[in-house]
Amino acid sequence: MLSRAANNLYWMSRQIERAENAARMLDVTYRMSLLPYRVLEPGQEWAEPWALPLVITGFAGAYYERYPGKITPDNVLRFMVLDPENSSSIYSCIQAARENARSMRGAIASEMYEDLNDFWLKFRGFDPGRLHSGVSEFFDWIKIRSHQFRGVTFGTMLRDEAYHFIRLGTFMERADNTARILDVKYHTLLPSVADVGGAVDYYQWSALLRSVSAFDSYRKVYREAITPVKVAELLILRADVPRSLHACMNEIYEILQELCDDTQREAERLAGELHAKLHYGQTQQIIQIGLHEYLTDFLAGTSKLTDEINKTFLVPVYPPHIVQTVAA
Amino acid sequence: MNAPLNTQVAAHFYNEMRDSGGAARAHYAAYAAWLADKPHDFMLQKQKEADTLYARLGITFAVYGDEGGVERSIPFDIIPRIMPAAAWKKISDGCCQRVRALNAFLNDIYHQQEIIKAGIVPERQIMGNSLFRSEMVGIDVPGGVYVHIAGVDIVMVDAETFYVLEDNLRTPSGVSYMLENRKMMMRLFPDLFAQIAVAPIDHYTDVLLDNLRAVAPQGIASPVVVVLTPGSYNSAYFEHAFLAQQMGVELVEGQDLFVADNAVFMRTTHGPQRVDVIYRRIDDDFLDPLAFRPDSALGVPGLFAAYRAGKVTLANAIGTGVADDKSTYIYVPEMIRFYLGEEPILQNVPTWQLGKPDDLQYVLDHLAELVIKEVQGSGGYGMLVGPAASKSEIKKYRARILENPASFIAQPTLALSTCPTFAQSGIVPRHVDLRPYVLSGKSVTLVPGALTRVALREGSLVVNSSQGGGTKDTWVLES
Repeated sequence: MLSRAANNLYWMSRQIERAENAARMLDVTYRMSLLPYRVLEPGQEWAEPWALPLVITGFAGAYYERYPGKITPDNVLRFMVLDPENSSSIYSCIQAARENARSMRGAIASEMYEDLNDFWLKFRGFDPGRLHSGVSEFFDWIKIRSHQFRGVTFGTMLRDEAYHFIRLGTFMERADNTARILDVKYHTLLPSVADVGGAVDYYQWSALLRSVSAFDSYRKVYREAITPVKVAELLILRADVPRSLHACMNEIYEILQELCDDTQREAERLAGELHAKLHYGQTQQIIQIGLHEYLTDFLAGTSKLTDEINKTFLVPVYPPHIVQTVAA
Repeated sequence: MNAPLNTQVAAHFYNEMRDSGGAARAHYAAYAAWLADKPHDFMLQKQKEADTLYARLGITFAVYGDEGGVERSIPFDIIPRIMPAAAWKKISDGCCQRVRALNAFLNDIYHQQEIIKAGIVPERQIMGNSLFRSEMVGIDVPGGVYVHIAGVDIVMVDAETFYVLEDNLRTPSGVSYMLENRKMMMRLFPDLFAQIAVAPIDHYTDVLLDNLRAVAPQGIASPVVVVLTPGSYNSAYFEHAFLAQQMGVELVEGQDLFVADNAVFMRTTHGPQRVDVIYRRIDDDFLDPLAFRPDSALGVPGLFAAYRAGKVTLANAIGTGVADDKSTYIYVPEMIRFYLGEEPILQNVPTWQLGKPDDLQYVLDHLAELVIKEVQGSGGYGMLVGPAASKSEIKKYRARILENPASFIAQPTLALSTCPTFAQSGIVPRHVDLRPYVLSGKSVTLVPGALTRVALREGSLVVNSSQGGGTKDTWVLES
C-alpha cells in the first residue's frame, strides 16, 4: 500500500490509543486526588497526583508555558483534555485521528470511518463545564468509544496491510504508555520506610494497576497483597495481561513477521530481539538491573524500532541506486 | 392527509411531472400514484433520514468562501427526476456524438489543424486561447482520446427540446453524487424500485476502469491505474476517494509519486511501484512544477516528460481546456459536421460572442434579459442572470464587460424545466438541469443516468452546488 497511507493509518491508531490511555490515566488521577496523599518533601511537588500525568507524557514544560504557577486540577484537565495547542491532548488526538481517517477513507471499512467521525462530532459537542461535575463519566465514555472503534476495526476490516499497520500503531503506543506509567509511578511510589504496607500504599498501587486496567488481573493471578515486585512482573513479563509489555511485543513481533518482506528483515529482527527479552525474561533480572534502568532500556529499544519502521515502510527514502534499478 | 401539492405551474416553464391540468405525465404516472397516498410527514421523515445519513457518511463538499467551515453537505432531494427511455436515447446519442467530435477536434488542433485550414474555426480562437497547450503539439495520445471523462450540461425546455449548455472536458465532477444518490434512494424507497423499472447505473466505475486500462501505454500487460488528487482539503475530495475505492485502485497525491527515467512510480510499503495510467483530478497548471507552474506543491516533478515520452497516460489529457472554453462551444455543431459528417442531435444554445462588436452592442442593450458568462469561468461564478439581477448589479457587470468584452459570452435566459422538489411547505416545482457523463477509451459510452442538479431557491435558475443548489436521483425508465 502507499507509504503515506500506511503512515496515516498507523498514526490514526496511535492517536486513538493515546486518547484512551490519557482518559484512563486522568480518571485514575482524579480518583487518587480525592484520597489523602502523603505530604511531599520540598522538590517533590511533581509527584503529587495532578502533576503525574504531565510527567508521564513529558508535557510538563508545555503545561507550565500555558499555565504558569501552580498545578491545579482544572488547568491540568483543560490542558490534557481540551487544549488544541497541546498536540497530545485528548482533543488533539481525536481530531488528528479523525483527519487521518478522513484522508484514508478508501483504505478503511466505511463503518470505521462513520464510527470515528461520530466520536469526533460528539466529542466536539462536549460542554467544557462538565469537566467539573461529570468528569469520570466523560472519561468512561472516551474509553468506551475507543473500545468501540477497535471493535469495529477488528470486526469489519479486511486483514490486509492497512489492518496490520493499524494494529501495529495500537500496540506500539500501548507498550510505550505502559512502560512510561510504570517508570514514573514506580519511581514516585518507591516505599519510604514509613509507608510500607500502609493503607495509602495500597491505594497508590491499586491506582497504578487501574490506570492500565490490570487491577482485576492482579487479583486473579496473585492471590496475595499488592507488592511492587509483583506489579512490575505483571505489567512487564506476563503475556496474559493485555497491556503488559510482553503482550504488546507479542503482537508487534507477529505483525512485523507478517509485514516484512525479504528486504525488510531488520525491523522484524529488532522486534524479535525486544520480544525475546520479555519472552525469556525473569523478574529477578529486572530487579537486579533496576526497574528504571530496565524500562529506559526498553524504551530505547522501541525508539530504535520506531525509526526502523518509519524508514522501511512509512516514510521511505529511496537511495538513487534503488531508483535506477527499478527504472531499468 | 396527502402531501400538499403545488399544482400551480408557471405559465412558461415545462413541468416534467405534471401537465397544465395537474395530471401526471405518462413517465411519472407510477411515481405519482405511489406518492398520492404518502402523507407529508412520511416524506419529511424520509428527507431527514437522507440528510442524516449523508452527514454521517461524511459526503461533503467544501464551498470556497463559505464561513460555515471546511465541509458542507450538498442538499439531496428525495423526489426522483424521471425520464422516459426515448428522451434518454436522444440525450445519450447526442452526447456521444458531441464527445466524439470534441476528441477529433483536440486531436486535430494538436496535430494538423485541418479545421483551422478549412476556415471553420478561426486560428485566433485556438492559438490565442490561453488554455491551448503548445507543449501538446505533435504528441500522440493513446487511441487519440483526449477526453476520457466528459460532463455535458443539458437543459430541457419541453418534452422533446434539449439544449447543451456547456461541455466540461477538464476535470468534470459530480458523478459520485449520481452514484450515491441512487444508493440512497434504493435505501429509502426499496418498494419503488420493485414497482418501477429504473435502468441501473452502478456499473459506471467498472466501465471507467475498463476505459482507463484500455488507454495504457502500449505493451503493458496489466496496467496500473491510479487516481491523482490534490488532497483531502480539495472541494471534490470525497469524489476522488470514492472513485478510487469503487474502481479498486490507489488514491495518490503528488507526493506519493516520483519519476525515474521518465517512468512514474508510487512510494509503497514494499518499494516503488510502476504507474501506467493516471486519472488526474488536478488542473494542468499544477501537475508538474518542472513543466507548468513552478510553485505547485500538488504535482509531480517530471510528470510531463514521462507523459511526452509515452510512458504514462493521463486522463483527461493535458490541454483539453481549449475545447470546453465557452467561446469554442459555439463551433461544436460545426465540429460534428466536419469530423463526423453528421448533423448534431443536440442543439447549442444561441450564443452571442461579446468580442464581436455587433453581438456586444445587442447584448449591452438587452442585459436585463440575458445570461452573461465568463468564457473561461466555471461553477456558476462570475455570471450575470439578467432577469434576476438588480439595476446596480447590471451596472457593475456592464463595466466588467467593457473592460474586456472578448472574455464574455451571452445566451438567452432559458426556460429550464421544473421538477417536483420536496420543501418544508410541500412539494414544489424547482428548476433542474442534467449532467450525463460520457466515457471514452475503449469505446464512447454512457451509463443510463446522470446527475440532476436542482436550484433549491424558488425561482432561482442557478443549479450549481457551489452556489447552494442541490441534487436529485435521475431515473431513466427501462422502456
